[in-house]
Amino acid sequence: MSDNVKTPSLDQTPRLRPGYRFQWEPAQKAHVLLYPEGMVKLNDSASEILKLVDGERKVADIIDTLKARFPAAADIDEDILGFLETAHAQFWIQFT
Amino acid sequence: MHNSGFSLPEPIQGPPLWLLAELTYKCPLQCPYCSNPLDFAGHGEELTTAEWVTVFKQAREMGAAQLGFSGGEPLVRQDLAALIGEARNLGYYTNLITSGIGLTEKKIAAFKDAGLDHIQISFQASDAEVNNLLAGSQKAFDQKLKMARAVKAHGYPMVLNFVTHRHNIDQIDRIIELCIALEADAVELATCQFYGWAELNRAGLLPSRAQLERAERITNEYRDKLAAEGHHCKLIFVTPDYYEERPKPCMGGWGSLFLSVTPDGTALPCHSARQLPIKFPNVREHSLQHIWYDSFGFNRFRGDDWMPEPCRSCDEKERDFGGCRCQAYLLTGDASQADPVCAKSAHHDVILAAREEAETSTLAIDQLSFRNDRTSRLICKG
Ligand code: SF4
Ligand code: SF4
Repeated sequence: MSDNVKTPSLDQTPRLRPGYRFQWEPAQKAHVLLYPEGMVKLNDSASEILKLVDGERKVADIIDTLKARFPAAADIDEDILGFLETAHAQFWIQFT
Repeated sequence: MHNSGFSLPEPIQGPPLWLLAELTYKCPLQCPYCSNPLDFAGHGEELTTAEWVTVFKQAREMGAAQLGFSGGEPLVRQDLAALIGEARNLGYYTNLITSGIGLTEKKIAAFKDAGLDHIQISFQASDAEVNNLLAGSQKAFDQKLKMARAVKAHGYPMVLNFVTHRHNIDQIDRIIELCIALEADAVELATCQFYGWAELNRAGLLPSRAQLERAERITNEYRDKLAAEGHHCKLIFVTPDYYEERPKPCMGGWGSLFLSVTPDGTALPCHSARQLPIKFPNVREHSLQHIWYDSFGFNRFRGDDWMPEPCRSCDEKERDFGGCRCQAYLLTGDASQADPVCAKSAHHDVILAAREEAETSTLAIDQLSFRNDRTSRLICKG
């Protein structure tokens, strides 16, 4: 476990920290992240990334999958890495 | 806006996102700052399992995503595992808020199977209790420590909650050390709010400004240390608003996000609102939809039409909503007044006097009114 990293590297595998749950909330028409006594409402791009954070896909797989799905999006690599870095700094996800 | 010939449409009221289920007022402890109503011994029959499940379903359909099981001590309810299971199936994130007294490894495992997401253990301890705890003596506190370890061993996230006051706040460094050793994911260090039992005991509880500043400084030092280590434990320090010049935005606004249901089914916009001279609706008589959107009680302090001066013309009213209605009522006798914590309030001198008193108070812990049936019956007029 190298849980102290800053920028994730491509061969690392992110997963949600235990106790965090990602789900669709119809009333808010948004995906949310639920954790002890808290909730964050996620925007579309954060949701698309978190859908792929399953403890199995590596960062590189997530980037490839989203690139294939959104071929028109520019700089998608940076956006994904940036989001994962933030999510890690917020302690939402862990890397293995 | 009232004379301008047009009025902007009222913002549309969103759904409750948080549901607090106060399952029972029964509790083996007797904390002198308990937020339960002073006359709790005079309240009605507890909701049945089926009645609670109906409440959970309705709130979930409306949009509630977080559900807290509290009390009293929720472990007193024999149907707790069943209620957790129902709530989890509905898609709630389920939080158990317990003193740890009455918890066993077996229950921790059973709740996990039922789908419980998180356990918060409250160290709602008096001076002597905190001392015992930190010294690792006395059975009740060995029990809490054992249960905290078991909660982590079963893979739950764990929040530890310490209610601080003038008799224990000076030990904040040892409290934080203990929480880190127990692998807490978050620690809430909250100076008790002065509603309910705490109001009765304020002079014996409110820390002095010097105590508070020291505790906050130490907490910040630990925060820096944890951050430098990449440690995820979050320290949440809540200052008593008696030392502020502006009130806190109570519950993110009256009837805005939070819905609390008491053991007998009374629905409240905040767990201490029961003390207000307002008749709140009961889930046995009305749908939650009606209660949340249409009832008098939930609409009483929504928006700002109800505000008298100084709040009415104040440019900060959208930030703090005039502060806490319960505190306003408790300290001024009128729930629509500005919260006296606000320096603009005509009643702010009450707060100043309490601070003054905190500098000199000599009330010992055994002079506090402990929360128990006997004291409650004395207070309850019914
Ligand atoms: S605050 Fe103390 S006395 Fe009140 S319900 Fe909680 S544990 Fe029991
Ligand atoms: S006057 Fe009322 S609205 Fe303005 S800061 Fe004070 S409490 Fe808040």
